Amino acid sequence: MLKSDTGRLCAGPQARGTTTKGATDLLLDIRQLRVGRVSAAGLGAGTGERVLLAGPSGSGKSLFFRALADLIPWEGEVRLDGTSVHEQPAHQWRRRVMLVEADSAWWADQVRDHFPPDSDPPLEALGLSTALLDAAPGRISSGQRQRLAVLRALARAPAVLMLDEPTANLDETSTARLESLLRDWTARGGLLLMTSHEPAQQRRLATRFWQVGDDGQVREEGP
Amino acid sequence: MSEIQPITLVDLLLAALVMVALAAFCRPWSRKSASGLLTSMGRMALQLTLLGLVLQAIFDNVALHWVALVSVVMMLAAGHEITARQRWRGPRLREFRTGLISMVSGSFLLTLLALLVIIQHDPWYHPRYAIPFLGMMLGNTMTAIALSINRIQEGAHQQQARIEARLALGEPWHRAIHEIRRDGIHQGTLPVINMMAAAGIVSLPGMMTGQLVAGADPATAVSYQILIMILIAAGATLGILLATRMTVRQLFDDRERLRLDQYRKIE
Repeated sequence: MLKSDTGRLCAGPQARGTTTKGATDLLLDIRQLRVGRVSAAGLGAGTGERVLLAGPSGSGKSLFFRALADLIPWEGEVRLDGTSVHEQPAHQWRRRVMLVEADSAWWADQVRDHFPPDSDPPLEALGLSTALLDAAPGRISSGQRQRLAVLRALARAPAVLMLDEPTANLDETSTARLESLLRDWTARGGLLLMTSHEPAQQRRLATRFWQVGDDGQVREEGP
Repeated sequence: MSEIQPITLVDLLLAALVMVALAAFCRPWSRKSASGLLTSMGRMALQLTLLGLVLQAIFDNVALHWVALVSVVMMLAAGHEITARQRWRGPRLREFRTGLISMVSGSFLLTLLALLVIIQHDPWYHPRYAIPFLGMMLGNTMTAIALSINRIQEGAHQQQARIEARLALGEPWHRAIHEIRRDGIHQGTLPVINMMAAAGIVSLPGMMTGQLVAGADPATAVSYQILIMILIAAGATLGILLATRMTVRQLFDDRERLRLDQYRKIE
């Protein structure tokens, strides 16, 4: 069911496990997933990888991410480090397989209140001022919010981070900074799944391509 | 008590006529309000007339099973009323159960406490005490619970993106809905707080008014009123705490997903 290039799944900067083929080599293992008209027969990705999920608007990329985060009803099996999503409380799964949606919402009065109390987010790395932490989320630009939403998720130390269009509102410099931060994070062992409509960005960032086809099937594509 | 002034059918019709006239003035702005006022007035008159007949029969024949039967009917009706007042409709049976459980806990248990421990009339279930106490408790608790549930369901729909953003970051469901439940509790307790704050200054509460009209001395009327207000506040608070807990849990499935797809808006 899984793609035959399992060995390549471990080729990330901090690949773990043995070189033997099998689910234990995978960080994220998706089997027979079905949500709405989107399905995935067998997909996998390991630590250190950056998976770019492509597909036309409305093809179900966000739906696929929401299913992986177990935020909506879906069918099938997803395993993280060999442990099934069904074997753990949903919030524990989401702490490890974390989703940042395209226009992620904010709920507290100040940006700071959305971060864990003892966290020290690398704002400068994304060209953001520390003063933003005291700002009201509604009073900052959408580009700033978008970058802060990524930091807000990283501060919670997920194993897998899913970003839906994270650079949609960003200029070139900010995009480059965010890409660099994500590269560093995956180099330290994180697994990134991300959607992007920009072919150039996909080529720059991706170590693996997943494509939502016309039939709704998510398949692995060549680079 | 014997000096109470009787009210004739003509008196009632005169009062109803005033209401009909006002509903007619209301009609150009809101036909729904005008018809709502008139139909609910008719319904109220019918319900109270029936209750009067039932109470007369029970007063003539004091027995625990008759009091229990009337109480059960009142509680079922109140449970139905709570679900009927919601702007969002979820699975009917589940909503009815939530309304009923929270209301029975809030009203029935505290009415029992009042009858058995505080009033201690012989027999304790005498309908002269049991039915009015339960009725007042149910009426107020029902409003409080309905307000709380409404607020929570409305809040969850308005703040769906916020709740889901928190869930997506790994927060447990009860954390993600915490502020909305707090708002729901606040909304439900507000009328009770206002009722107690205004009692005796702005408004003369119903039970006290009734007792004074019936010829009771003010001191007795006041102590009964204080008792019923404390019971109402306690009953409403208990009902709200239970109803909000059940309502927020029902917004999520067993995988802590916000399931607003099971609700539809009632226009």
